Amino acid sequence: MKKHRLRHRQIASCRILIFLFFLILWEVSADLGWIDSFFFSSPSRVTGQIAALLSDRSLFLHVGITLFETILSFLLVFLISLLSATLLWYSTKLSEVLEPYLVILNSLPKSALAPLFIVWLGTGTTTIIMAGISVALFGSIISFYTGFKQCDPEKLTLIYTLGGKKRDAFCKVVLPGSVPILISTTKVNIGLALVGVIIGEFLAARRGLGYLIIYGSQVFKLDLVITSILILCLIAMGFYKSIHVVEHHIKKRIKT
Amino acid sequence: MQNLLELKDIGYSYHSLHGETKAIDNISFGVKEGEFVAIVGPSGCGKSTLLSIIAGLLEPESGTITVNNPDGSLHYPRVGYMLQRDHLFEWRSVYKNVILGLEINHTLTEERLEYVNRLLKDYDLYKFKDKRPSELSGGMKQRAALIRTLALDPQLLLLDEPFSALDYQTRLMVSADICSLIRATQKTMIIITHDLAEAISLSDRVIVLSGRPARVKCEVPIKLTLKDASPLAARNAPEFNSYFNQLWEELTSED
Repeated sequence: MKKHRLRHRQIASCRILIFLFFLILWEVSADLGWIDSFFFSSPSRVTGQIAALLSDRSLFLHVGITLFETILSFLLVFLISLLSATLLWYSTKLSEVLEPYLVILNSLPKSALAPLFIVWLGTGTTTIIMAGISVALFGSIISFYTGFKQCDPEKLTLIYTLGGKKRDAFCKVVLPGSVPILISTTKVNIGLALVGVIIGEFLAARRGLGYLIIYGSQVFKLDLVITSILILCLIAMGFYKSIHVVEHHIKKRIKT
Repeated sequence: MQNLLELKDIGYSYHSLHGETKAIDNISFGVKEGEFVAIVGPSGCGKSTLLSIIAGLLEPESGTITVNNPDGSLHYPRVGYMLQRDHLFEWRSVYKNVILGLEINHTLTEERLEYVNRLLKDYDLYKFKDKRPSELSGGMKQRAALIRTLALDPQLLLLDEPFSALDYQTRLMVSADICSLIRATQKTMIIITHDLAEAISLSDRVIVLSGRPARVKCEVPIKLTLKDASPLAARNAPEFNSYFNQLWEELTSED
């Protein structure tokens, strides 16, 4: 136990050290002119940029918009794919008919769809959320459905021998048995939704981190670009951590 | 005594793109109330198909099953089915697992739950009711699976090689244990097994099936002089070996 905790602490401190080393190296090489801080920025310039964004209150606006769009896309992806996978599970015929379509839609590069969304839906939140959904949705449906299908058929027989209907089989066996797959797919989905939202903001936004990145690169304010990317890193980490917490919570609830 | 169930000329085929495979063909036999019947046959001969038909999970293609309830009513006896593995759900506690059938049938009445609790106590599982299935031993899991089946108060128990997932030693203990428990409830039981010794020691009658498509080759009533003793002791009965040889010859002989 003690050894375990020691090891844990060692790993954590190593991680922080690497981060600090990287920051210092970055700052020093910018100061000494090893790299051109106009192109590569530096920690002090990033700090300055954040302060500037804070002072005109636009930081929270941009971060908030991106967060909102990502979370909404993610929730919609979860709901739609859960419903679709359930339908596919109920009807074998439907799943057989739709399988090639799902595979094609899943392997299609979704960024190719974004210009279409702009034409159809205009530039705005709807388009961006559509972009976020489209990136994650089809893979998510396939994963959920595959998870449902992996359920042991004998466990389903058990439900039928106890007098259950297909509904009982789904609620008592298929759904609770698929919780691990639902969670692992969710972990992938939140990242994909963020990718989709940023692509959408590149093309069709006046607000959001994706917009800041594209705007910054067009006017050669690379400090702005790098600052936005760093904030994106933080957001991705935050998402991952929150899903981790939810996962932990669900596992604990199942255990009791 | 009248037969509780009377199977007459039951036939069933599986259909695939390559044509149909006859799984069972013209099977007829009866089962008396309170009787323990073992069905043996070569593997893949359609024993499980037959059991699924008796359980009502499959519709026979030909033949009929007649019911003669002791009270004269015509309804199909309530069937309890035990599968090869216990299939207790890891995401439910032992208690939640054993009341699964009641939950599905929306019969979580006080009376039923009391019965379940009594069974849990009788089978020494009450202490473990809040544990996860993975924390139980193989034998305890089988007992929990039996309680899950008995909770619905079935008249007819169907056991499809219920002990085959256990190692030999546990299997001897558990099969004896489970069958004594079922004897005590005075229910009718049909058990499928490929273990002749198990069939002889547990049942009142052994039905031997032929290879696919399955037909009834012969029925052997088992009368051991040690009948009241436990199924484990039954293996030492003087008649045990001659029954074993007889069944073995029936199983291996060509038609």
